[in-house]
Amino acid sequence: MSELRELYQSVILDHHRHPRNQGVPEGANRKASGVNPLCGDKVTVHLAVADDVVRAAGFEGSGCAISTASASLMTQAIQGRSLAEVERLFKRFRELVTSKAGAEAERDGLGKLAVFGGVREFPVRVKCATLAWHAMRSALRAAGETVSTE
Amino acid sequence: MTAFDPRRIREEFPALHQQVHGRPLVFLDSAASAQKPRAVLDALLRVYSHDYANIHRGVYELSQRATAAFEAAREKVQRFLGAAEAREIVFVRGTTEAINLVASSFGRANVGEGDEVLVTHMEHHSNIVPWQLLCQERGARLRVAPVDDRGELRLEELEKLLTPRTRIAAVTHVSNALGTVNPVREIARLAHAQGIPVLVDGAQAVPHGRVDVRELDCDFYAFSGHKLFGPSGVGVLYGKARHLEAMPPYQGGGEMILDVRFEGTTFKGIPHKFEAGTPDIAGVVGLGAALDWLSALDREAVAAFEHELLEYGSEALSSVPGLRLVGTAREKIAVLSFVLDGIHPHDIGTILDREGVAVRTGHHCAQPLMERFGVPATARASLALYNSREDLDALVRGLHRVREVFA
Repeated sequence: MSELRELYQSVILDHHRHPRNQGVPEGANRKASGVNPLCGDKVTVHLAVADDVVRAAGFEGSGCAISTASASLMTQAIQGRSLAEVERLFKRFRELVTSKAGAEAERDGLGKLAVFGGVREFPVRVKCATLAWHAMRSALRAAGETVSTE
Repeated sequence: MTAFDPRRIREEFPALHQQVHGRPLVFLDSAASAQKPRAVLDALLRVYSHDYANIHRGVYELSQRATAAFEAAREKVQRFLGAAEAREIVFVRGTTEAINLVASSFGRANVGEGDEVLVTHMEHHSNIVPWQLLCQERGARLRVAPVDDRGELRLEELEKLLTPRTRIAAVTHVSNALGTVNPVREIARLAHAQGIPVLVDGAQAVPHGRVDVRELDCDFYAFSGHKLFGPSGVGVLYGKARHLEAMPPYQGGGEMILDVRFEGTTFKGIPHKFEAGTPDIAGVVGLGAALDWLSALDREAVAAFEHELLEYGSEALSSVPGLRLVGTAREKIAVLSFVLDGIHPHDIGTILDREGVAVRTGHHCAQPLMERFGVPATARASLALYNSREDLDALVRGLHRVREVFA
């Protein structure tokens, strides 16, 4: 049960029930979708990017608690950050949800995103946690092509 | 025939007797793939330990033994399906390949521009996509027979979609996502009245009841070994001999030829014409063992037992607050597809897994059907003859756990 509690922390459940930044933000000029063929979940990430800074971020779509909360928390975390910072944040986040050891150190600098640390114990759910992030990176690459977790 | 004793049956499945996450495994995903009885495992070990060589070519003892076992399995399938002749049984990798074979071979020979192929809204992707590819290639049109809110086929609408342009109707015998049993005999009658052949996807039907292809009067019938307690990687296409004979080969290669010259090749007769390359020899023999094992059971008693589990499970699940069953057809096999208010099936699946309960969550390779019911996905408990009321009780306890975590 403790691993389940670690996965479904109250912050995650809160963002699942009340997702932040849903919809298309003002000034949005980039977007991309991510699909998880395993479950059919789809998320579309919208970004307003100016001067290499993410001015605003939003998302559409619904999925499991992990993917919805991840999209919600991601849009909060990347707002106001430079593209280089966003890329660093993505790498730290991916490390957090996939790596097996050194849990505590990796949480530094992740802020609220650290609540996804429990995902590492559930390998099949890593795709849920990273779906919105992959879509966001696709949007930043400006290609805007739909990405797949596969 | 031995009397059917569910508790003794369970003992025959080694995989069911293990713990996951520190709890006894409750396996409720047999519609995806069934566990294997000792009889099948023993047969596989025996083939590889004693009777294994390539088939249909060696003059030596071992090859002859392997060939005999392989062809004996074909006769077992013939009897299992009630087919007229063993040469109407083609071994393939599974239901998916069987349907692709018909779409590719029969389809290319018979479906042209402006023609139509009829499927139903409750098909598995494997009975949609091969036809879609064919229709795209040929400029033909895929028509879809609708499903009502209970998850039953609307037969009167299906009948209207059988037109002079329809070249084949491809329908599932039993829905993998809902458990609905379709009246395929009636569908075949309606289609045949207009000279339209019918392919039946039997993947979910054969594990749960007796199938007689001559009684159904279908033109093609496809199923997979792995859902029928046999090995994965082997399946069957039944086709009426006159169709199979008229159809061009599906794949070219060894095993399927009589004579190869650079100027041209002559092919073997059916079924070998459709069996290019070395097949899954041990898999086919293992499938034969699964059929022997299953045929020794009182299948009426098995069906009655499973139906009783379905009724028990439907009622038990209905007691879970916020749970809605998806698929409530009057004729159903023991499949319980459901959604829980405000909780995504993926989360249900993860939490149940920690309780030892294995269910499938997702779209069940039936996305159009999920859309029809307005859900992105469901959780699905699918039962087999080795399940019990206790398994369903464990599922319900697990669902209360899910609600606690999300409370």
